[in-house]
Amino acid sequence: MSYQWTWSVFLQPANARETYLDWLLAGMWTTIQMGCLGWLIAFLLGSLLGVMRTVPNRFIAGVATLYVEIIRNIPLIVQLFIWYYLVPKMLPDALREWLFAQKPATSAFVTATVGLGVFTAARVCEQVRAGIQSLPTGLRNAALSMGFTLPQAYRFVLLPVSYRLIIPPMTSEMLSIFKNSSIASTVGVLELFARARQLNDYTARGYESFIAVISCYLIINAMVMLIMGLIERYARLPGMIGSK
Amino acid sequence: MMLGLDFDFLTRTSGEAMLHGMLVSLQVAGTALAVGLVWGTLLAIARLSPIKVLSWTSALYVNFFRSIPLAMVLLGFYLVVPQLLKDLLPKGTQLDTRLMSALVGFSLFESAYYAEIMRAGIQSVSKGQVAAAKALGLKPYQAMQSVILPQAVRNMLPLLLTQLIVLFQDTSLVYVIALADFFTSAEGIGERDGRIEEMMVVAGFVYLIVCFAASKLVSRLRIRTH
Repeated sequence: MSYQWTWSVFLQPANARETYLDWLLAGMWTTIQMGCLGWLIAFLLGSLLGVMRTVPNRFIAGVATLYVEIIRNIPLIVQLFIWYYLVPKMLPDALREWLFAQKPATSAFVTATVGLGVFTAARVCEQVRAGIQSLPTGLRNAALSMGFTLPQAYRFVLLPVSYRLIIPPMTSEMLSIFKNSSIASTVGVLELFARARQLNDYTARGYESFIAVISCYLIINAMVMLIMGLIERYARLPGMIGSK
Repeated sequence: MMLGLDFDFLTRTSGEAMLHGMLVSLQVAGTALAVGLVWGTLLAIARLSPIKVLSWTSALYVNFFRSIPLAMVLLGFYLVVPQLLKDLLPKGTQLDTRLMSALVGFSLFESAYYAEIMRAGIQSVSKGQVAAAKALGLKPYQAMQSVILPQAVRNMLPLLLTQLIVLFQDTSLVYVIALADFFTSAEGIGERDGRIEEMMVVAGFVYLIVCFAASKLVSRLRIRTH
């Protein structure tokens, strides 16, 4: 092993304005933005679908089941290509014109983030559903017999309890969304993984570039676990296993 | 015509290219399954072993691979593996480096996920079984081989198969190293014929049919084993 490590390569200018380190950080920032925005979509849509799967109405539950089955059985890369190439053509004219007026990187970012959110929503839906179904039926019945309407029972009783139960699986979904965002590079989003290729091509320093990018992913992972760990400690249900 | 899509451009040769791609996808998935099961089980046993060095090494391996994206692993191995192979194999050996690095990268990556499933499986076997095996005079490796592992695999069979479906979908990511699997062939045909939208619908549909059928089979199996 006589490899010459040259970490100073990151301080060299990549172009007139940026160094290679700036590229790396820009990639990390894009990944973080994508993950957070995608998570927002996934959480809202996924919660809605999760509730839909548990309501006592076959049609509504069936729609949510169909959504989950379709999304879960098509690879994310195919979905992102569909969001990038096909969906804009089906949008209303005004929205499409706005999208196409953006810079190519921005329109790729928007479609990929939505695609990522919609994909993760199916997984969030399953977690929310599992959380609600793990509650004893007595809880739902008690809420209804107290005079809550069904939406109120979900809003004040079922959802608050199940969210607090499903924090650990939600943490791993959140970790996956940051990892999955790497696939957005295939439709032209310049996030961390795309930057890894770019750094490798421009600097010809494969090992350094890869170690740097992997470290960024590890840092993002650690941040997510730290934040979710804090939330879990704060929101832990008293009287359950694992609580104080 | 649906959504202004037009599928007339699909020819016999395009179909054959996609079929060949599907075989590559299945080959990658099959190899990763076989290696992943064996290597993953070894990792799980190491993780649960009382020897600290073993369990830490295994934990480090599993957590490392679970923290980085698959695309990153595939590209990394694509850059490193050809160099390694050149050193290991005699000069002039012809090998498909894309396929080899995809197989190696995939297998090592999926092993980390299989290790976690097998760990849960081994831990799901009751303590009494271990004690009974010991009382019968079985050595630890005999107990593992003929008492614990068979039960662990049986308990985890639905999860192992579900992971196989996920794994099959993940093979589409070899796109990043341009290995001509099903997805990459379909995308290539789409680019060539200027019909990328149609080809993505076709690809999505094929994956949907295959994976949906497979997951239905798995849930039937789950009902039968319970």
